[in-house]
Amino acid sequence: MFQIHVSTSINGDDTEFSCEADETLLDVLRDRLGLTGSKEGCGTGDCGACSVIVDGRLVCSCLMLGAEAQGREIETIEGMANGSELHPLQQKFLDHAALQCGVCTPGFLVAAKSLLERNDNPTEEEVRYWLAGNLCRCTGYDKIVRAVLDTAKEMRKSPKTKKTAAKKRVKA
Amino acid sequence: MNFQAGKDTLKRKFDTVGTRTPRPDGLDKVTGRAQFGADLTAPGMLWGMILRSPHAHARIKSIDTSKAEAVNGVHAVVTSRDFGPCPDDVLDIRENVMARGKVLYDGHAVAAVAATSRSAARQALKLIKVDYKVLPHVTDVDEAMKPSAPILNRKLFTKGLDKTPRKPSNIAERFEFGHGDVEAGMKQADLVIERTFKTEATHQGYIEPNACLANMGSDGRADLWCCTQGHFMVRQVCSALLGMDASALRVTASEIGGGFGGKTTVFVEPVALALSLKASRPVKIVMSRSEVLRASGPTSSTSIDVRIGMKKDGTITAGDATLRYQGGAFPGSAVPYGAMAAFACYDLKAVRAVGYDVIANRPKQAAYRAPGAPMAAYAVESVVDELCKELNLDPLDVRLKNASSDGSKASYGPNFDVIGLRATLEAAKAHPHYKARLKPNQGRGVACGFWFNFGGETSVSLNVSADGTIGLSVGTPDIGGSRASIGNMAAEELGVPHDKVRCIIADTASLGYNDVTDGSRVTFASGLAAINAARDAIGKMCERAAGIWGIPVDAVTWEDGAARPSSPNAGNHEPLTLADIAAQAGATGGPISGHCEINAEGAGVSFATHLVDTEVDPDTGYVKILRYTVFQDAGKAIHPSYVEGQFQGGAVQGIGWALNEEYIYGEDGKLQNPGFLDYRIPVASDLPMIDAVIVEVPNPGHPYGVRGVGETSIVPPLAAISNSVSSAAGVRMTQLPMSPPRLLKALGRI
Ligand code: FES
Ligand code: FES
Repeated sequence: MFQIHVSTSINGDDTEFSCEADETLLDVLRDRLGLTGSKEGCGTGDCGACSVIVDGRLVCSCLMLGAEAQGREIETIEGMANGSELHPLQQKFLDHAALQCGVCTPGFLVAAKSLLERNDNPTEEEVRYWLAGNLCRCTGYDKIVRAVLDTAKEMRKSPKTKKTAAKKRVKA
Repeated sequence: MNFQAGKDTLKRKFDTVGTRTPRPDGLDKVTGRAQFGADLTAPGMLWGMILRSPHAHARIKSIDTSKAEAVNGVHAVVTSRDFGPCPDDVLDIRENVMARGKVLYDGHAVAAVAATSRSAARQALKLIKVDYKVLPHVTDVDEAMKPSAPILNRKLFTKGLDKTPRKPSNIAERFEFGHGDVEAGMKQADLVIERTFKTEATHQGYIEPNACLANMGSDGRADLWCCTQGHFMVRQVCSALLGMDASALRVTASEIGGGFGGKTTVFVEPVALALSLKASRPVKIVMSRSEVLRASGPTSSTSIDVRIGMKKDGTITAGDATLRYQGGAFPGSAVPYGAMAAFACYDLKAVRAVGYDVIANRPKQAAYRAPGAPMAAYAVESVVDELCKELNLDPLDVRLKNASSDGSKASYGPNFDVIGLRATLEAAKAHPHYKARLKPNQGRGVACGFWFNFGGETSVSLNVSADGTIGLSVGTPDIGGSRASIGNMAAEELGVPHDKVRCIIADTASLGYNDVTDGSRVTFASGLAAINAARDAIGKMCERAAGIWGIPVDAVTWEDGAARPSSPNAGNHEPLTLADIAAQAGATGGPISGHCEINAEGAGVSFATHLVDTEVDPDTGYVKILRYTVFQDAGKAIHPSYVEGQFQGGAVQGIGWALNEEYIYGEDGKLQNPGFLDYRIPVASDLPMIDAVIVEVPNPGHPYGVRGVGETSIVPPLAAISNSVSSAAGVRMTQLPMSPPRLLKALGRI
């Protein structure tokens, strides 16, 4: 079948791939690039398990075509930690036991990161509405919301984590 | 060694148990490295896809796969012809995974293909020609029970009646539980209320669709990777369906993205194996969300009558229920559990629960968290609530007055051991939530729930490494943090820090048989087995120490992670820590391992009380959950964070069931909402924080007092929310979900 050649950047790495015209970005990430951290919970934009950041915007990668990645900067869960140093959100999700099965976790982390980049002091309600596009069936969201609020608090206290996060963004 | 708890064991002070340690799989899960069902690939792998019935009920006249086989890249096509004879106990599963002669529901599998790309597989599916003769169908439980209903299976004759009927019917079986004279009990009551309730089918809604990767060679050996709650069950069922030796099939459980009972059976796994055998290549099948909803097991839809008699002082004189559950196209709904659990919270002199297991043109139901119990509790707890209102009694006081307690005779037969229902009720009564003030259009609901909990076959192996660290292999897939709690129990018993124990889920070739992760059994049974395996290893380490010191083994004890002489008479020896003994293992007799293979008895039943405040918008019918508190007996909370997580998750699934979630079938018998947009599970913005209060009434059947906690939390919410909404709306609700249109109708607004 006819394939499209695409040059893009994924987690700061220049990346080339070919894909069929109807392949989603999620298919490409998972099946062509081996980046299986993004999950497919629905394939229709309803669960957020496939969340990635494209040019700074939070996107369901199941709703974007692989071919549309041309020339963009894409961040996935695999790029969230800085080497062995976890992003504060990742650490807080562990501390708060904000995951049970963990299949929704990559999507929540990516979405929450995108929230905190826009709003470093969200209310509980803002967190709940921002994350309303991410489904979790295990936790009832309680510990997830607490983890996000706690991360925001800590990141406000410690400008260093903020800076590292910002630096990473620029690099990406 | 005595594996049952003594009273002193239950009171002991713990080091690791009861603390909130980090989970061993945590890092992988926050970095995207954890491998779930769909995440594995194999060299030369093909994509499997399944063709599904567009009809609710039809005879398959013919299937022509020739055009599909000719598509470039297609390496195998299978139909029911590729599944040969099999033992009787898996016949229904064989028919469910691939329709034979008839399709029985919208979404029933009829054929499958394996191809080099997903697009080739999709193209091939379109070219399979199935000739159907459409038959009349039935999807509603009450309709399916009528003598005039279309019959799904002409060989099905109702079991459990005094006389086996001569005509086939959709009623597979009748069950009855109870004791005492129900009619006499009703006569003693000052008030008898009888109501009929209906609940719609809901899906477990796990976020990870069913997925597997099968690799089967022409020598008949195979490896299978899949997301399942029980890889030993998968091995058993799949090897039976494919006519293989069980040991020729090695199954590895992937990380599992939720199951809630829905992954206690097989759907795509045997199909992938059959395709792999035919193609001689690895085959991966991943269900789409719409396939998950159309063809994997939802829960039953139900219709339930409840009649309860109460005296003015709140004493319940008798309880009576008739429960009708359709479990999809095959017998085996959870109605017996529903009937057994219906009145389990009450200590009654006269009680009866009759259940009917009904088949209908819907996907074969699968277990869903405390299968069958939430609907039964919904009906019973609604009537109890109404009686309290009519008689002007406090709902918690009435429950305390009638509550089952230690030694009371359960409505389903046995006598209870030590139980914690009363403790949860007292905790609820003392909680500030119960006294908080409500505003207009707001209501408070109370309900209790019960679940049996289960032990079952369990095999665990614990290996001591030369550096004094521990490898712990268990065979029960970890669905919500159980590796942390089981590892912590082993660490506690050995007396080593928790991070010296690494707990993994071993494959089916590496351990003895393990029952499925179900029945809230894992922390109880695998935990018990891990403790026993640790004790086995401790015994061996004491022998090594005795050898090193040249004293008899009974002069050695194990304390705080080290072997010590049990008394000054045994000689003056410095303690040998686990690491000391491990380092000398080679010189003192070789590797040290502990094992435990058991059929775990002594699972403690579990109870919960839920409190919920809701607000009803009388103009839109929208229900807002304002406040929610769970009080549940955990026996002993090994890892409190994950215990709370089970309480919260179960409550929220119950909220979805009560307010939004339902399978909606059209006149044509097709599922109209097979996607997360229209099958709407609760999202973060629908909810408040869910307060979780852990009550601990130790289970005498476990060394640390553990009771399973996974399921009970979904039993009370349906009733608690309905009681709350009924009070807020001023009208008794008798049907779930209480979606805005249904509520507006009840309010007379539409
Ligand atoms: S997989 Fe993309 S939103 Fe669900
Ligand atoms: S932790 Fe399982 S879906 Fe969120």
